[in-house]
Amino acid sequence: MYPPAFNYSAPTSVEEVLATLAKEGEGARVLAGGQSLIPMMKLRLASPSYLVDINDVDGLDYITDVNGHVAIGALVRHNDIVKSELIGSTNHAMTDAAPWIADPIVRNRGTVCGSIAHCDPEGDWNSVMLAARAEVVAQSAAGERVIPIDDFIVDFFTNSLEPGEIVKEVRVPKYTGRGGGAYVKLERKIGDYATVGVATQLELGDDGKIAKAGIAMTAVNSKNTRAAAAEQVLVGETPSDELFREAGNAAAQASEPETNVRGTEEWKREVVSVYTRRGLETALAQAQAQA
Amino acid sequence: MQINLTINGAEQSAEVEPRQLLVDYIRSTGNTGTHIGCDTTSCGACTVLVDGTPMKTCTMFAVQANGKTLTTVEGLKQNGELHPIQTAFKEKHGLQCGFCTPGMMLTSAALLEQNPDPSEDDVRWAISGNICRCTGYVNIVKAVQHAGELIREN
Amino acid sequence: MTTTADQVGHLHTPPEIGGIGHSVRRHEDDRFIQGAGNYVDDIELPGMLHMAILRSPVAHAKILSIDTSEATALEGVVAVVTGELMAEHNLAWMPTLSGDTQAVLATDKVRFQGQEVAAVIATHPYIARDALGLIFVDYEELPAITSPQQAMADGAVLIRDDKEGQADNLAYEWESGDKDVTDRAFAEADKIVSLETHYPRSHPSPLETCGAVADVDPASGQVTIYMTSQAPHAHRTVFALVAGLPEQNIRIISPDIGGGFGNKVPVYPGYVIATAASLLIGKPVKWVESRTENLISTGFARDYHMKGELALNSEGRILALRTEILSDQGAFFADAQPTKFKAGLFHIVTGSYDYPAAHVVARGAYTNKAPGGVAYRCSFRVTEASYMIERLVQNAAYDIGMDPAEFRALNFIKPEQFPYHSPTGFVYDSGDYETAMRKALGIVDYEALRKEQAEARAEGRLIGIGMASFTEVVGAGNSKDYDILGLKMFDSAELRVHPTGKAILKLGVKSQGQGHETTFAQIVAEELGIPAGDIKVLEGDTDNTPYGLGTYASRSTPVAGAATAMISRTLREKARKIAAHLLEASADDLDWEPGKFFVKGSPEQSVTIQDVAFAAYTNPPPDEQPGLEGVHYYDPPNMTYPFGTYVVVVEVDAETGEWNVDRMIAVDDCGVRINPMIVDGQIMGGLTEGFAAATNQFITFDDEGNCIGSNFMDYLVPTAWETPRFELDETVTPSPHHPIGAKGVGESATVGSPAAYVNAVIDALAHLGVRNIDMPLLPDRVWSAIQNATG
Ligand SMILES: Cc1cc2nc3c(=O)[nH]c(=O)nc-3n(C[C@H](O)[C@H](O)[C@H](O)COP(=O)(O)OP(=O)(O)OC[C@H]3O[C@@H](n4cnc5c(N)ncnc54)[C@H](O)[C@@H]3O)c2cc1C
Ligand code: FES
Ligand code: FES
Repeated sequence: MYPPAFNYSAPTSVEEVLATLAKEGEGARVLAGGQSLIPMMKLRLASPSYLVDINDVDGLDYITDVNGHVAIGALVRHNDIVKSELIGSTNHAMTDAAPWIADPIVRNRGTVCGSIAHCDPEGDWNSVMLAARAEVVAQSAAGERVIPIDDFIVDFFTNSLEPGEIVKEVRVPKYTGRGGGAYVKLERKIGDYATVGVATQLELGDDGKIAKAGIAMTAVNSKNTRAAAAEQVLVGETPSDELFREAGNAAAQASEPETNVRGTEEWKREVVSVYTRRGLETALAQAQAQA
Repeated sequence: MQINLTINGAEQSAEVEPRQLLVDYIRSTGNTGTHIGCDTTSCGACTVLVDGTPMKTCTMFAVQANGKTLTTVEGLKQNGELHPIQTAFKEKHGLQCGFCTPGMMLTSAALLEQNPDPSEDDVRWAISGNICRCTGYVNIVKAVQHAGELIREN
Repeated sequence: MTTTADQVGHLHTPPEIGGIGHSVRRHEDDRFIQGAGNYVDDIELPGMLHMAILRSPVAHAKILSIDTSEATALEGVVAVVTGELMAEHNLAWMPTLSGDTQAVLATDKVRFQGQEVAAVIATHPYIARDALGLIFVDYEELPAITSPQQAMADGAVLIRDDKEGQADNLAYEWESGDKDVTDRAFAEADKIVSLETHYPRSHPSPLETCGAVADVDPASGQVTIYMTSQAPHAHRTVFALVAGLPEQNIRIISPDIGGGFGNKVPVYPGYVIATAASLLIGKPVKWVESRTENLISTGFARDYHMKGELALNSEGRILALRTEILSDQGAFFADAQPTKFKAGLFHIVTGSYDYPAAHVVARGAYTNKAPGGVAYRCSFRVTEASYMIERLVQNAAYDIGMDPAEFRALNFIKPEQFPYHSPTGFVYDSGDYETAMRKALGIVDYEALRKEQAEARAEGRLIGIGMASFTEVVGAGNSKDYDILGLKMFDSAELRVHPTGKAILKLGVKSQGQGHETTFAQIVAEELGIPAGDIKVLEGDTDNTPYGLGTYASRSTPVAGAATAMISRTLREKARKIAAHLLEASADDLDWEPGKFFVKGSPEQSVTIQDVAFAAYTNPPPDEQPGLEGVHYYDPPNMTYPFGTYVVVVEVDAETGEWNVDRMIAVDDCGVRINPMIVDGQIMGGLTEGFAAATNQFITFDDEGNCIGSNFMDYLVPTAWETPRFELDETVTPSPHHPIGAKGVGESATVGSPAAYVNAVIDALAHLGVRNIDMPLLPDRVWSAIQNATG
């Protein structure tokens, strides 16, 4: 399996990247980890005329704690998240999701921002980002803008970047109170995409009631989808088994899975419901464990 | 495009088409121990250490190896001595057809660099990006742990 | 000498010699661990061109036209080959291993998605691939038939309209056993247990795909084909027959093979096209398929729709078995199997149990799917058979309220009944089924586990204990019953001991990772006392090895292993005469211990086998030919029958249907173990494939005939993480008719284990009344079974 021909450059600064993208226009694409793009090119499902490789750009591999959020640069690899103590102590859903993305070798190369940009409905990061209410920092030759993740994800493999824009970083808000999160994924083996994935995040108020809730689903809609009604069920309530069950049912209602080789629609909905409940239980335990 | 890189200690430069996959380039240099087992980045037969980190070279372009240092299976042996992972794979019967073996050994060697005393779970986790169709993995796990012992003894 | 129980458990040779029973480290590993294996894709010849194949995107269509002009014009393209061109050379069709025909390049129609339509030969593989996109084929689509039931329905579109006299989609019909006796037994039964299930389509997908480098020398007419072949000699004969080439000018070299598992037994169109192209162009042509091509076009396995019934009496004794198979053959009937047996050895389906009557009916249908039907790590459909009977007995036990283990024990063929004549005509050589089963149950502490299961159930947790006590039939086979395309299924060994006492052994079989270079050297070491490390084993070059049928269906040890032992013994007898000459004694006065002859009663008067070898060339006895060399062709008197019991413990998540293997115990009996380390390795590999089949690994098709399972993202091969942690043990019951008592082991675990995994999940749900879930046991299927059972 061999990719079609293309032109290529590997700039060493963001400015050059942006300039090249602007110059090459329509057919140009960013090459980050290449772990989605290159397989697609090999299967000839994608044939960009120009690849702008960002791997040689200095200073894009940061994970930093700034102003109440964690900023993740465009060259942060999945395995950097696995190893990051900062993420480990600030976002449990990310910590949960990272080790189950692809396989250990692919994680050495694939990037978080590339995955976010790719908008594969079976990709895991966008659900985690929805649950955390992250923001995407888009940059072009014209400047920078910050896009809420809900607006960034448009559809099946479609984001809201303008031509010439790249994802420079993603900002993941930290918990403001006692918080916890989880990512529960049904994969058939290592290296498989999710059959069903559910990201959950909870923050508790001083009264022990749920102050904030985030729930989003992978692989059961045409894009990663927030289960807004399920979040509504939770906010302002005292956590309980019954409540979590109700939230699970609401999430299942918001899913629109397809019957395919991985399983039936009916079963996938059930898994969404069960996983939402289980994720919330984990998230709650983490939140409650905090002083 | 012109690339300069080091493979198994030997510096080389070459003229390559941007689309040439790194695995094809490596194989064209005579290092045919790096194999191809799939089209979808699933099997790890093409695994090579790029600046010490395991990478699937079927999912990188040769141009991306510019300036990098690569270790393939042919480079595991140093100064005429087999790497402990090689000795251990033979000793513990960690291979059958040998097709996955180069990738398996390189991934394992990288694990042992980080953790010379891995548990069974550590090993199984680390090699889960490499498929072996023959062995059922049990003896590969034993081989990696045995290589760890050999490394620790030294 | 035939092996008797005395051989079991003790070693005849010291470790320095490394004969039978020693876990000698593998000789072949030295090159593999250094990346110095030599696989087909590693072969580079001067001036070599590269071939890529254009495949049909649709499952069934008429080809209206093929436009190759743009592809031909692409720089670097040397030739574009179509079916029309192949037809001019009478090569558009070729015979299959089941005596059917298969299109090499389609001329009239395409009959499955992925079928070969055209081929590009170019100076670089990337260019060959680019050119495929410049070939334009006009298809007129026809309805696709995607199941054998659909194929056999009235009015189904005829797939093989190319075949004269073919009026429907029936590929074959076959039966075994006695229908009347069986029906009578059923009429008298107290209870009838039945099971209808599908063993899904699977694919061996060795990590190395198939490929070839064809090198035709236009000057001499010499044809050298390097190819991924498990059966190089048979392939040479097929090439001679198909292409009408003189067989002495064809040399097939099967270099290192990156796994075969049956995938590399058939002759594929790619080999033939590459050879034809090399012949036409006069340059070497390399073809290496991609993983997708491997999965969508080369030999699939299984795909049996099975119905089975057991007749029982009130005590729980089995009286008879009835089964009916409908197999999905794909577009061409290409099962690699002995001619006589259209459903392979499926009639071993009576299993490890003693009853007088059985009847098997098998029919196969053409469908718009890839051809194949290879013996995927299996002795010709034994996997399907073993799966059927082991699922049936487990269900029978539930239905009559007996423990599944005790039900098996009651019905097992007893050790004293061997040789046992089965109702479908097999003669089982030896076995002790209950001992193996009790050993496996002991390891898991079966009784305690049943208690734990009951307690867990009370808490709403679902634990299941499944087992399978399989019997395999391997080592095809005696020439009376077994041939492929008329070639009798013997095998051969040629042994030469050189003057310095080092030997070279040449075989007609071909290792794909089984460790032949070590195991077969050990047989020679055992018999001649030459250290295993002093013996080089050569295979896979038809010019330099004796004729043989190849390696599949676990036949190498039973057949070529026997040939090796026999030729070693022949040479030992000659060596004895030379020793007598050297010791100036009578041959009858000599005793043998591995590596040495000595005069009876005076062990200080001795010569080593190395002394003898030297003398064979320097000082042979006057009445003997010089040299120490010979060849043996072994026609086995019977098949061998390995067996064992596998026990699997699972826990099922009742809410989602996911399930996990907690334990997997395998007790195997493959007779005498030549190299225990290698035997265990073979078993663990097979257990993994059984696990794959039970959990995730299958190929399916949508209604249009599009293949789902066409790459490793969809065709799921387990990694180290999912694979259970196997616990192995053994019993040893030698084969009485095999020269060294060995039975063959490469496939037992693939054959026996799927039923054990599935039975474990069924066992977890049996109290709910669940009796079947079709493989693979995807969580949604398990979940649905629970939902349906509990309402
Ligand atoms: C075997 C395998 C299994 C996998 N399993 C999973 C899984 O379970 N879960 C999962 O989530 N993912 C999975 N992936 C995908 C993996 O996570 C990829 O790394 C990820 O989808 C894409 O990231 P990348 O850096 O490799 O992007 P690339 O492949 O380089 O790019 C992907 C797309 O995003 C664009 N892009 C990349 N970076 C940017 C940027 N900074 N700005 C703008 N556009 C950009 C590219 O132009 C391209 O269109 C798997 C991949 C493989 C090969
Ligand atoms: S060939 Fe690279 S992962 Fe399979
Ligand atoms: S040894 Fe054959 S694939 Fe691993």
